[in-house]
Amino acid sequence: MISEQLLYSLAGVGLFGIGLRATLLHHMLLPRLLALNVCGAGVFLIFIAIAYGGLKIMADPVPHALVLTGIVVAVSATAMALALGRRLEALDDE
Amino acid sequence: MIDTLAILAIFSGLFFFLSGSIGLLRLPDLFSRLHALAKADNVGLALVALGVIMLEPAVINDIKIVIIWILVMAASAISSHLVARHALRENREDD
Amino acid sequence: MIELLWSIFDITLVLLLLALAWNTCSTRDVMRAVTLFIAMGLLLAIVWARLKAPDLALAEAVIGAGISGALLLSAIRDYPSTPMVSQRSTLIEGIINILTLALTILMSWAVWHGLNMSDGVRLSGQVISQLPVSGVSNPVTAVLLNFRAYDTLLELAVVLTAVLTVLTLNEKRADYVVSGRLLQGMTHWLVPLLVVTSGYLLWVGAHAPGGAFQAGAMLAAAMILLRLAYPSKQQEFNNVLLRVLLVIGIFTFVLVGLWMMSLNDDFLAFTPAWAGTLILIIETAATVSIAAALTLAYRGGRPKDWEDANRTSRSIAENGGQDDQ
Repeated sequence: MISEQLLYSLAGVGLFGIGLRATLLHHMLLPRLLALNVCGAGVFLIFIAIAYGGLKIMADPVPHALVLTGIVVAVSATAMALALGRRLEALDDE
Repeated sequence: MIDTLAILAIFSGLFFFLSGSIGLLRLPDLFSRLHALAKADNVGLALVALGVIMLEPAVINDIKIVIIWILVMAASAISSHLVARHALRENREDD
Repeated sequence: MIELLWSIFDITLVLLLLALAWNTCSTRDVMRAVTLFIAMGLLLAIVWARLKAPDLALAEAVIGAGISGALLLSAIRDYPSTPMVSQRSTLIEGIINILTLALTILMSWAVWHGLNMSDGVRLSGQVISQLPVSGVSNPVTAVLLNFRAYDTLLELAVVLTAVLTVLTLNEKRADYVVSGRLLQGMTHWLVPLLVVTSGYLLWVGAHAPGGAFQAGAMLAAAMILLRLAYPSKQQEFNNVLLRVLLVIGIFTFVLVGLWMMSLNDDFLAFTPAWAGTLILIIETAATVSIAAALTLAYRGGRPKDWEDANRTSRSIAENGGQDDQ
């Protein structure tokens, strides 16, 4: 019916839209951080969907390497955002 | 013959997973939900692992699947224990 | 028939993924949102396995669901107990909804148009043709650590920067409740198993799905588990060892790159005969670095000697620089 590349790319776009909406709607740190990670997952899904070539053919490895880098960078950014958020809370309390 | 047995095993494993999920959604209390989750899902995993082992020719992969099954059982047992312990502590503090 | 079953499977996966994402972003309870996020990470790992990306499935399960989930769960304690509702006015909510919907529709059109227009040529042919020269036989590892090694070097620098931020900003997180004998008993056999598996993933990354990042994150998961099981016996890192471990990944990478530049006139151009060994050395250093970085990011807060120095300097400042008193 629909090719897998198109289906998963559209799913990635949908994930990105859901995450973007939640980032703009909330104003506290933790919901926005979760929503940004959802956005990131959507972007990764678009990459890997484009790299997919079918069950018999090898998938394109260059987007795989890029998304692997992206996953590690996303977790480091999450850790840094949480540390910054803690510091801002402590400064607000003083 | 082996294929039929394997498919039978995998489908009965899926049935156990489905009943565990229904139990998770419908049972009233935390402790009964933990029962459904830990027990039904473990049996389901055992049956699915059995089916996959029957379909897989290489022995080294079969050993890995058995190790994975043992690890998942241990992890689910310990996390159920921790969740129940935490819930029990909270109940005692509320009283 | 088989095609139809695969299509049903794909559509079910996609609908589940979108439903999980929607519920993560629009639930009111923080704990529920984080739990759904971890579940979404695991479902995403299944999607990667479906799309023939096993390295990514490993990485997503360990890093995306595991380490990220642990970080977010430990951050819930600092989060105020208000529910997660949007506090924008209804007009602004409506504008945001309409604009994001419009952007989503435009992006969908762009993706569809781009896929139609493309001629289907991908880089896999080029990678396969250069694979014998690269020193490994896993194409993703070859791309990550040989053809695009510069990206990986910069990624290690990004991880180091994030960890330095976490290390300088806050006090150490408050300790956890004592977990009891069962968790401690589990760590007795689970942590050695995790260390062995991490070494296996590091070694096997050359010819099968695996690699340095998955191995490093698994080591970090083992250290986090130890931390949770024995909260009172936490050995603080010996501080020289801490600095060495954090930096050794980038250091080795740059050193190898400069050595190759002296031999081959190009930064990070590996000579084909040594490429496999060099990649293994770089990956080992990167594994150790990433494990140290992720464990410290979970612990949060300054190491012990920085904390003592901070306290001393603050007390000197408060006493107005007086020596005795």
